[in-house]
Amino acid sequence: MLQKPLLPSEAADPQAMLRDPTFQALVRERSSFAWSLSIVMIVVYLAFIFAVAFAHDAMATKIGAGPLTLGIVLGLAVIIFAFALTGIYVARANTRFDDLTRTVVKEQAR
Amino acid sequence: MRVLSRLAASAALLIGTATAASAAGPDVAPVQQQGLNVTAIVIFVAFVLLTLYITYRAAITTRSAGDFYAAGGSISPLQNALAIAGDFMSAASFLGISGLVFSSGFDGLIYSIGFLVGWPIVLFLIAERLRNLGRFTFADVASFRLAQGPIRTLAAVGTLVVVAFYLIAQMVGAGQLIQLLFGLDYLYAVVIVGVLMIVYVAFGGMKATTWVQVIKACLLLVGATLLALAVLVHYGFNVNAMFADAIAIHPKGDAIMAPGGFVKDQVSTISLGLALMFGTAGLPHILMRFFTVRDAKAARKSVFYATGFIAYFYILTFVIGFGAITYLMPNASFFKVAADGHYNKITDLIGGANMPAIHLSNAIGGSLFLGFISAVAFATILAVVAGLTLSGASAISHDLYASVIARGRSTEAREVRLSKISAILIGIVAIYLGYVFQKQNVAFMVGLAFAVAASCNFPVLLMSIMWRGTTTTGALVGGLLGLVSAVVMVILSKAVWVTTFGHPAALFPYDNPALFSMPLAFAGIWIVSTLDKSKRAMAERAAFDAQFVRSETGIGASVAQAH
Repeated sequence: MLQKPLLPSEAADPQAMLRDPTFQALVRERSSFAWSLSIVMIVVYLAFIFAVAFAHDAMATKIGAGPLTLGIVLGLAVIIFAFALTGIYVARANTRFDDLTRTVVKEQAR
Repeated sequence: MRVLSRLAASAALLIGTATAASAAGPDVAPVQQQGLNVTAIVIFVAFVLLTLYITYRAAITTRSAGDFYAAGGSISPLQNALAIAGDFMSAASFLGISGLVFSSGFDGLIYSIGFLVGWPIVLFLIAERLRNLGRFTFADVASFRLAQGPIRTLAAVGTLVVVAFYLIAQMVGAGQLIQLLFGLDYLYAVVIVGVLMIVYVAFGGMKATTWVQVIKACLLLVGATLLALAVLVHYGFNVNAMFADAIAIHPKGDAIMAPGGFVKDQVSTISLGLALMFGTAGLPHILMRFFTVRDAKAARKSVFYATGFIAYFYILTFVIGFGAITYLMPNASFFKVAADGHYNKITDLIGGANMPAIHLSNAIGGSLFLGFISAVAFATILAVVAGLTLSGASAISHDLYASVIARGRSTEAREVRLSKISAILIGIVAIYLGYVFQKQNVAFMVGLAFAVAASCNFPVLLMSIMWRGTTTTGALVGGLLGLVSAVVMVILSKAVWVTTFGHPAALFPYDNPALFSMPLAFAGIWIVSTLDKSKRAMAERAAFDAQFVRSETGIGASVAQAH
């Protein structure tokens, strides 16, 4: 047999897990966090793309005395923002979500 | 209009590939073979010897299917992040984006951003669940509770289509680039790339492929850092001075500091934006990387580090592009100069539109640095094609053969053997196609690969993980709709219908189909699944709970084998 058993027999009873309040908290918190961050990323990116497509003059505005434009600053900001978002997610997942997951797994093992 | 069409052409080929040379289209057609660059060859041979040694070591320790496909889950998050970055930062990201910045300034940044923003989405929605549910390929995940036969076949077809088009583009780009950089004959260049990728994959499996990516990623990051640093040091880290110089020298002047050709066709811009963002989450060779780490936490860390490397790299390419403007444009020796002493600072660059980074290395560090950067570009191509080949080979052996044809009655040893044979066959086919397509403009193939990844692989994967209602029939119909519509729309678009087939007008007016094919796939999955009242559909919905628990907690997830 190549396939591992497809349904996790280790998770004795998925229904019991689904009723576990800790599991419910984990799922609720993580999915709302992950979807919120995803939507923020998509909105920021689309706003940038729409600005590129429709707001040329605003993007060409000079920042300060030099030739630097708003478009370049915003573009670099989107790159840094994307990385920062992944950092925020990982920081929360490594602490809060991993703690909840450990608790859930322990509870089920009992 | 000229600007627009050039941007459109670059758009397709920039998408994470090494179609670098082919991107330039007519610019590069008469590739001039240069004299042998000794430095480049010495550094490249050193790279090859090192990677072959690693492949030999990997071959000794690769025994099980888990070793072959997923390096036994033994890759650390940092190594995996470098390997992901290595898979993603192709020669076209490096040469193509810096080339686009060179010719258009700001517009190059749009691609960098599009490539990068897919990563947070991969992290938030895909990476951890993928690691918890799968073993070797993303088809493991998509078919977790759905019918193995049809869903694995669909995923394998999606994988092979993406791999095939991506590989052809890479091979043609590689052949032309290497011909130019090393003074090697096109056929030799393609054969060397093909043979090396076969050796890495067939003998070393995922371990060797990962190490090739890691080494290449380090080389590329070092090379790009040195280039950008030299430019910044030259301007005393005053970027405004650099921009001011660039504006004074560039024929487009102030226009390089703001959006250019994109403004004319908003629909194509947004469609391309979607393909860039969501295609990343459907690239089979990228998804495969999440199975090489120990657990979901390691998968999560890999994406975080990889996003950092990739973001850093794209900021460097922007600096490199502007540096190339100020260093190269005033210097006639980098251009094909007409008899009257005139040259076009954008289109007459020797070697074509993708060469600014290469010439810049020459301008900064002479032939030694030129050789180093050329060798890095070659290593980059090699690493990307190896990743693609492994992904294609596992689709054939793990998904099509072991699960669909042999219906799980095969042995691991036989599956791995078939995977090695597949890698050899894919390599031979890639060499052949690279040779056949030598004179073709293959830029559209990369656009197609990304569009298929975003319109077939990504919707099927996401819906099967996230939505209880997804059924086999729904996933199959929606996935096929996305796949077929993406391919058909690309064929009817200007890149193929007009440029390749020579018809007068394009039947599909936009450059990228994702804006239409992606919603079509999601709608197909949703509608057909909702209408599916069969017994199998009921059972599949009922099986969602168990899948959900495992995807959220990792309980029962396949674990790394200890050695």
